[in-house]
Amino acid sequence: MSLNLNPNIPDPDGFYDSLVQAHEGLSKTQSDAYNARLILVLANHIGDRAVLADALKAAHHA
Amino acid sequence: MPDVRYETAFKLYPYEKVAAQDTAPVRHPVVIVGGGPIGMALALDLGQRGTPALVLDDHDGVGLGSRAICFAKRTLEIADRLGAGQAMLDKGVVWNVGRVFHGDSSVFDFNLLPEEGHAHPAFINLQQPYFEKFLVDQIRVEQAKGAPIEIRGRNQVTGLHDHGDHVTLDINTPDGSYQIEADWLIACDGARSPVRDFMGLSFEGRVFEDNFLIADVKMKADFPTERWFWFEPPFEGAGQSALLHKQPDDIWRIDFQLGWDIDRAKELDPDRIRTRVDAMLGSRDGTIPDYALEWTSIYTFQCRRMEDFRHGSVLFAGDSAHQVSPFGARGANSGVQDADNLAWKLDLVVKGHAPEALLDSYSTERSHGADENILNSTRATDFLTPKSETSQIFRNAVLQLAQHHAFARPLVNSGRLSVPCVYDEMPLNGPDKLHAPHVSRVGAPCPDAPLGDGYVLNALVGGFTLLALNADVPTEVTGVTEADVTARVVPVPDDAITDDLRARYLGDAKSAVYLIRPDQHVAARWADFDTASVRAALRTACGME
Ligand SMILES: Cc1cc2nc3c(=O)[nH]c(=O)nc-3n(C[C@H](O)[C@H](O)[C@H](O)COP(=O)(O)OP(=O)(O)OC[C@H]3O[C@@H](n4cnc5c(N)ncnc54)[C@H](O)[C@@H]3O)c2cc1C
Repeated sequence: MSLNLNPNIPDPDGFYDSLVQAHEGLSKTQSDAYNARLILVLANHIGDRAVLADALKAAHHA
Repeated sequence: MPDVRYETAFKLYPYEKVAAQDTAPVRHPVVIVGGGPIGMALALDLGQRGTPALVLDDHDGVGLGSRAICFAKRTLEIADRLGAGQAMLDKGVVWNVGRVFHGDSSVFDFNLLPEEGHAHPAFINLQQPYFEKFLVDQIRVEQAKGAPIEIRGRNQVTGLHDHGDHVTLDINTPDGSYQIEADWLIACDGARSPVRDFMGLSFEGRVFEDNFLIADVKMKADFPTERWFWFEPPFEGAGQSALLHKQPDDIWRIDFQLGWDIDRAKELDPDRIRTRVDAMLGSRDGTIPDYALEWTSIYTFQCRRMEDFRHGSVLFAGDSAHQVSPFGARGANSGVQDADNLAWKLDLVVKGHAPEALLDSYSTERSHGADENILNSTRATDFLTPKSETSQIFRNAVLQLAQHHAFARPLVNSGRLSVPCVYDEMPLNGPDKLHAPHVSRVGAPCPDAPLGDGYVLNALVGGFTLLALNADVPTEVTGVTEADVTARVVPVPDDAITDDLRARYLGDAKSAVYLIRPDQHVAARWADFDTASVRAALRTACGME
């Protein structure tokens, strides 16, 4: 499997809304920590090291 | 004397004294307060159906300065049904491409017109005064043919007395005041609705702490006919976001997001506006085309709606019932759908062909539409104006990723452009007994498709229709009647079914019978024709049970 960089989330606006809402009421430090936990949870779900390596690269590129 | 709150672009209904001003209050079946786009669309629809409509507006024409500029496909389809669509298409600017920028970089482009086989484009840009004028022009045409529509300009409603089964209105005119009575009163009197205030009804929601400077400029420039939107614009003084969008008559809409703490009077100083506009227009290649400021204004926005759009014999439509931020062009576009939804129901009720309860479905269906619009425009506004440092970081991350990766593009939100809502699971819906495409499911607005020399929507006009696609309806059956309501059969034999029509209404099904409401939403559908089923669905669709 390779890293999917095409749209893959149904109802993207709804997802984005819940992502931002998950941070509601958190301080900046708490939000950063939350983001870190979230990344680790998602990374574990992906599992595949090659995909994760590509994702690490893709996020750098900007 | 009614207050003059704004200048008019077109003087369309000058004040004329009527005999009723000197008599005891005259009773009218339907009175519409407010001759904006929604009031006029409703009056036109009712008048064409033969139900008398009296419009009272406190001015004598259409307000100067365009608020709405983007009119969506569904609005054009409705205007077409009302006879005003062609004038709008002829004058309007068709556009499909949108470009999104973040600072100096181009993030991506989108094209709104993915599907062939529709009579109307996804969007046109047209100044709101033209939109309203074309509706009034068509009202004049219908009046000449005898449609019972009357417009009274400079008739300001100053009070309302609710008697349960009718209301009395106090009206102020240049010749003093008078009263009339209405069996049904439709408040199309805008976001500040005086009628809503007279009735003490609340209008709760969210205020966005932001000011938007709007400058419509007239120039001969070779910018393409595209929607250009900047997040964090690179040019001086543009604020957090900016927009450039073409209108007819060489006018361009320019928008700057200025933030909350501003000095309005100072920001409206023409020299200051010109400095901003110069910076934007010059950002492309350093040259600034000659331009004139046509109209400037500063707006703040709110997202809110009334809890119920019906209060006894008073109904609310358009901005009086719901208000959205303009990102997504959902204000006038959704209000026209209110008029579309209400006109046929009110017509049936006034004629005694359907029970009053049918009007409750107006509130149920259109408040569902309003919720969808408010949700979409709230999300767009939140994306434009992130509320916290973290949401700002996410927003900018999305914009950066979208430059390189397709996956992030659907997350970029500079306004989700208005599409009509589907009345899923609503009380007027009948059975969905056909394995056919989702786009034409029960509750959905009928998708357009080529048919004969024209389009299927042209055939689905008037009252209820029964679209019979390769179906076994006996040729002598031209309509199905339940009580006083008839659905006219629109037969389409197999060899007349175009590819697009098949793809949108049949899919793999061999035949289909669609019961379609006068507002072109699907009421029920089956594979085969059966009189009893159609009659039962007609009862449901007219609120008869
Ligand atoms: C900057 C901006 C941009 C927008 N862009 C878009 C867009 O691109 N697309 C879109 O679809 N929508 C847009 N909108 C929204 C759109 O302008 C409104 O949704 C639309 O005008 C609502 O129409 P209406 O008929 O309900 O109310 P209005 O247009 O407000 O009309 C109300 C009428 O009632 C009259 N009236 C008020 N009080 C009384 C009284 N007491 N007696 C008699 N008459 C009275 C008024 O004079 C007026 O004629 C935009 C709005 C703004 C502010």
